[in-house]
Amino acid sequence: MSQPILTLSGVSKSFPGVRALSDISLSLRAGRVTALIGENGAGKSTIVKVLTGIYRPDAGEIRVGGDQKHFSSPRDAWAAGIAAIHQETVMFDELSVAENIFTGHMPTGSSRFVDWSEMRNKSTALLKRIDAPIPPEFKLKRLSVAQKHLVEIARALSHEARVVIMDEPTAALSANEIDDLFRIVEQLKAEGRAIVFISHKFDEIFRIADDFVCLRDGEKVGEGPISSVTEAQLVRMMVGRPVDQVFPKRDVPIGDVVLSVKGLSNATEYADVSFDLRKGEILGLYGLVGAGRTEAMQGLFGITPVTRGTISLDGKQLSINSPSDAIAAGISYVPEDRQDQGAILSLGIRENVTLANLSKYVRGLFLSRSAEQEATRSLGRRLAVKAASWEQRLGELSGGNQQKVVIAKWLATRPKVIVLDEPTKGIDVGSKAAVHDFIGELAQDGLAVVLISSELPEVMGLADRVIVMKEGRMVDEFKRGAWSAEQIVGAATGAAKEAA
Amino acid sequence: MKGIFNYRELALALILIVGVAAIGAYQPVFLAWENISDLLTETSVLFMMALAQMVVILTRGIDLSVAANLALSGMIAALVSQYYPDTPLLLMILAGVITGLVLGLINGGLIAFLGIPPIVVTLGTLAVYRGMIIIIAKGDQVNASEMGVEFQAFPKDMFLGLTSPVWIAIAVSILFWVFLNNTRAGRGLYAVGGNPVAARYCGIDQRKQELLAYAISGAVAGLCGYLWVARYGVAYSEIANGYELTVIAACVIGGVSIGGGVGSVAGTLLGALFLGIVMTALPVLQISPFWQMAISGAVILAAVVINARAEKRPEKLILPEARRIGRVRA
Amino acid sequence: MNAMPPSESRYTVLDAAPRRARDVLLRWEVILVILLVLTIVVNTIVSPYFLDVFNLADATFNFSEKAIIALAMALLILVRQIDLSVAAIVALAAMGIGYAAEAGFGPTGLFAVGIGIGILCGVFNGFLVTYAGLPSIVVTIGTMSLFRGITQVILGDQAKTKYPPEFLELGQSYFIKMKETGIPWLFIPPIPLSFLVFLVLTVVFGIVLHKTATGRKLFAIGSNPVAARFSGIPVERLTFLLFVVSGLLSGLAAALLTARLGSMRSNIAIGWELDIVTMVILGGVSIAGGVGSILGVFLAVLTLGLVTFGMSLNNIPGQVVSVYIGLLLIAVIAIPRIADKLGLRTSR
Repeated sequence: MSQPILTLSGVSKSFPGVRALSDISLSLRAGRVTALIGENGAGKSTIVKVLTGIYRPDAGEIRVGGDQKHFSSPRDAWAAGIAAIHQETVMFDELSVAENIFTGHMPTGSSRFVDWSEMRNKSTALLKRIDAPIPPEFKLKRLSVAQKHLVEIARALSHEARVVIMDEPTAALSANEIDDLFRIVEQLKAEGRAIVFISHKFDEIFRIADDFVCLRDGEKVGEGPISSVTEAQLVRMMVGRPVDQVFPKRDVPIGDVVLSVKGLSNATEYADVSFDLRKGEILGLYGLVGAGRTEAMQGLFGITPVTRGTISLDGKQLSINSPSDAIAAGISYVPEDRQDQGAILSLGIRENVTLANLSKYVRGLFLSRSAEQEATRSLGRRLAVKAASWEQRLGELSGGNQQKVVIAKWLATRPKVIVLDEPTKGIDVGSKAAVHDFIGELAQDGLAVVLISSELPEVMGLADRVIVMKEGRMVDEFKRGAWSAEQIVGAATGAAKEAA
Repeated sequence: MKGIFNYRELALALILIVGVAAIGAYQPVFLAWENISDLLTETSVLFMMALAQMVVILTRGIDLSVAANLALSGMIAALVSQYYPDTPLLLMILAGVITGLVLGLINGGLIAFLGIPPIVVTLGTLAVYRGMIIIIAKGDQVNASEMGVEFQAFPKDMFLGLTSPVWIAIAVSILFWVFLNNTRAGRGLYAVGGNPVAARYCGIDQRKQELLAYAISGAVAGLCGYLWVARYGVAYSEIANGYELTVIAACVIGGVSIGGGVGSVAGTLLGALFLGIVMTALPVLQISPFWQMAISGAVILAAVVINARAEKRPEKLILPEARRIGRVRA
Repeated sequence: MNAMPPSESRYTVLDAAPRRARDVLLRWEVILVILLVLTIVVNTIVSPYFLDVFNLADATFNFSEKAIIALAMALLILVRQIDLSVAAIVALAAMGIGYAAEAGFGPTGLFAVGIGIGILCGVFNGFLVTYAGLPSIVVTIGTMSLFRGITQVILGDQAKTKYPPEFLELGQSYFIKMKETGIPWLFIPPIPLSFLVFLVLTVVFGIVLHKTATGRKLFAIGSNPVAARFSGIPVERLTFLLFVVSGLLSGLAAALLTARLGSMRSNIAIGWELDIVTMVILGGVSIAGGVGSILGVFLAVLTLGLVTFGMSLNNIPGQVVSVYIGLLLIAVIAIPRIADKLGLRTSR
C-alpha cells in the first residue's frame, strides 16, 4: 500500500462540557477514498475542522507527507494541500462562481491587481475538469445546490489539494446528481488524491469508499478496508451498544388518539405527512438530515405556513397560524437549534422557563415573581437542572442544562403533545441520559410525544413506533419489536432492505 | 467582470435618461451644456461621498460621521490657507485629506478592535468632530476673504468643459472601480460583508477590512471637505449639516444593501446622480425646492422595497419535484 | 455511562445569586448615578447659579420633549429596531398643530391633532418594517426625508405663529407652581408640563418594561427574535406597536414643543433623532438588543440635560457641549470593553 499523504496521531479536542475528540489516529493514502462514519455528534465535523485549520487540537499531531504541521488558519491548511467541502455551505451568494473558487487566493499579476481573465480561465478549466460547464461569471445565488457543490469541489481543486474532504456532499442531491459527483470522486482518486468522504448513506459508502474509519462519542471504534465489513457490522459499530440497555423503555399504557395529522403539505419542503398520535405514545420520526422532518413539524407548530392538510387535537380540528395558536391548543415544539431557536442565552433560567406562557404568571397587571419562581423551581428540580441560582443566565450553563431549561419552558405550557426535535444533539453523555429518562417520564405522565432524531439508538430505544421520512415524504413505518436497525436505515437511505 | 451595469442599474439609468429627456423637452435649457456641467459640479461631492459610504456599508457597517468629518477637514484646510497662505495648494488639500483619514481611522479602530457597533461609534464621533470645529477655530468662521486666492480658484477651474471637482470625482470613481473590482482587498470587502463566516474560512481578516473601509471613508470626506469649503468660500461648523443622510440615501437608491456585501460603483453613482438631478431640476421646472426632500424620501422608500424583493430568500427545496422546478429556475 | 437516579433535587439551586459588591458597582445605572452626581458637584462649584430651583426647572424645558421620545426609542432599540424619523414626525405634527390652531382648535384639540398625526406616521413606519419586512434603519431614513419633505412642501418658508393663549400657557409656564412650606429645603418645586409628562411616562414605561408580561416579551425579542417567535411571542405585532408608540410620543412632544416655542417652521426639531439615540445608548440600552433599563435612560437624560445646562451657564457653545457628550458616549461604551481586552474584569 502507498505511503500515507496525511496522518493524524493522538489528536484530542475538548469544548466546555464535551470531549469532542479523544486520541484519534488515522492515515489517508493517495488514490483512496476513506469514509468517515459515525452518528451525529460522534466527532466527524470536528475532525474536518481540525484538518482545515479552523480548530486547533488540544493534543496530538498532524503530519502531511511526513512533516509535522501546525495549522493556525485555513490558509495554512490550504498551503499544506488540504481543502474541504463543508457541510454548511460556506460560500458567497452575491459573488461570481470564479470568485467563490478563488476568494482568499485570487491570482494577481505583477501589478498586484486581480487578474480576472486568468481567474476566469482557471475557473473554466477547473470546472471543465469536473465536467461542470458552469459559466464562471454567474452569481452563485443563481446555481442549484448541486451546482454549488461542484463549485466547492472546483475550489478544493484550485488549491491543488492532495487531500479533499467532503462533508456530507450528497445530503441535498438527487440520484442523478450523486452519480455525477461520484464520477468526479473517481477521477480525483485516479489523479492520486486522498479523499475523505463523510456520509450517513451506507449504499454510497459501499459504492465509493475504499477504507472506513468509524467514530463513536469522539473515539475511533473501528477502521479497515470497506470490503472487510458488512453494512450490519458497520451499523453495530456506529451504534456500539445493545440499545435496549442504555435506553430503558418505560412500560406505558397507550391511550386514545390525541393528535391526528392528515395530508400535511407545503409547496417545497414536505408532502402528505399523516399520522395519529396517542396518549402516552412516543412516535419516532427518523430520516437523514434534510429529509423534511423538522420542516413538517414546524408547519404543525405554526412557524411556517402549511398549504394543505388538517390537524386535529382530541377530535377537534385546529386552525394554527402561529406558534401561539399551537401553544394555546396544547402543542409544544422543542426546536433542534438550541442556541438560535430554543434558548434565550442572555436571559435567566426563570425568564426562559416562563416565557412561553407568561400570562399564567400575571397577577393583576404585573408579573408575579414568586409565581414565576415557584414554577421554575418545580420544573427545574424535576429536570435536575444544575445551576448556581434560578436567576443565572442561560449562557453560563452547559449545553445539557440549557436544553433541560428549554424543555422546562415547554412543559410549563402544560402541553398535550410535545414535539422534541433532536433533543440530545450536541449535549454531553450524562445530560443525554437524563433527557432520555425524562422523555420516558413524559409519556408515562400521559403526554403524546413526537421524537425527531437522527440517532438510531435513541429512536429505537425510546419510540413505540417509528415513521421514516425521505425527501419530504413518509416512506415507511415500523412498530416496536418488529424492526431492525438495518431496516430503518435502509428505508431512510433508500438502500435495499436486507434482512437483519 | 461582466459589464459595468447590471439590470437593476440599467433600469435606474433608463429612469434617469427618460426623466432628463422629459425635463429637457419641457425646459430645453436643462440640457444646455452649462447646466449639465453645473449639475455635475454640484453633485461631484455626493458622488465621492456615496462611493466611500458604500465601501463602509459593504462591510455591514455605517458611517454617520462623514459630514462632520467633511466639515472639520474642510476647516483645517481653510485654516492652513488662512494662516500659512504660502503653502502649496497640494499640501493644503493634503491637510484636508490627512485630517479626514485620521478621523476615519479613529472610527475604524473603535469599531474593528473594540467591537463597538458602527452606529454608536459614528454617532459619537459625529458630535465630537463637529464640535471640534468650534474649538479649533475658536468659534469663528473662515470667510472667502481670509482664504487664499488659489485655494478658492481651483474648484472653479475648467478643463474640457468640466470643472476640476468633476474631474476629481471621475478620477476617484475610477480608483474605486479598480480598487473594488481588481484588488484582493477590494474583493475582500464584499466577502466580509457577504458572509463573515465564509470569509473567515477563506483566511480573510475582518478587522483589517473594516479598518480599511473606515479609513477610505474618512480620507474621501477629507478631500470633499476641501472642495466644499473652497467652492462655497466659507468654513464654519454648520456646513454639510445632516449631509450624512443624503449620502446614505444615494447608496440606498443605488442598490447598496444595508445588510452588507452588495453594491456597485455604477449603481452608487447613479443613486447620487438621481439626487443631484432632483436637486437641480426643481428650479428649472419652477417647482419649489421644498419638494426636494419629499421626493428623495419617496425614492428611498421605493428603492428599499425593490432591493428587499431582490434579496428575498427562497424556501428550502426538499421535495424531489420542487428541486426539479428549482433547477429549471436556476 | 452512569445510571441516573430519579430526578429529585440532586442539586441545590438558589432562588437568586448572592449579591456581590462588585456586581452592583459595575451596574450601568450605578455608573450613571456617579456621573450624574459628578455633574452636579462640578457645576455647583463652577457656577453659583446652577443649584437654583428656577434655573433647574427652566433647564428641563430644553430636554424634556426629546426625553419623552427617548422612552419610545429605548424600547425600539431594545428590540433591535431604530426610528430615525422621530424628529421629522415632530415637524409634521407641529405643522398640523399650526394649521389646526389657525382653524380655531383649543388646547385639547391641538394635542389630539399632534398625537393623531404622530400615530399615523408611526403606523406607516411600523407597517413598512414589520409587514413589508424592511430594515428599520433604511425605512426611517426614508420616512424622515418624506415626513419633513411633506412639511417643507406644504409650509415652504412660512412660519406658524398663531396659537391660542391657553395652549401657549401650557407650554411656557410651570404646570406645578413653586410652593414654600416655610421649612428650608422642604418645598414643592416648580415643574413645567413637559417635564411632568416625562416623569409620569418614565414611571409608566418603567413599570411596563420591568414588571409586565409585555415588557418581558420585549426583552425576549431583543435578545433572540427567533427564539421569541418559537415561544409564541407575536414579534411582528409588538414591533409594530412600538413604532406606533414612537409616533405617538413624537406627536405629543410636537404639541409640547410648539406650545413652548409659540411658533414653528419646517426645520423645527432638526437633528433631534441623533440626540435622542444618544440619550438611549448612554442610558445603557444595547444597540445589539435585549439589554437596557428605563432607569438608565432616565439617568442618562438627566445627566445629559444637566451637563448641557451647566455648560450653557458658563457660556460654552452648544456644539462644544456636544464634543463632551460624544466623548462621554464613546468612553462609557469603550472603557468596559478595553477593560475586558486587558483582562481587568474577570466576570462577564
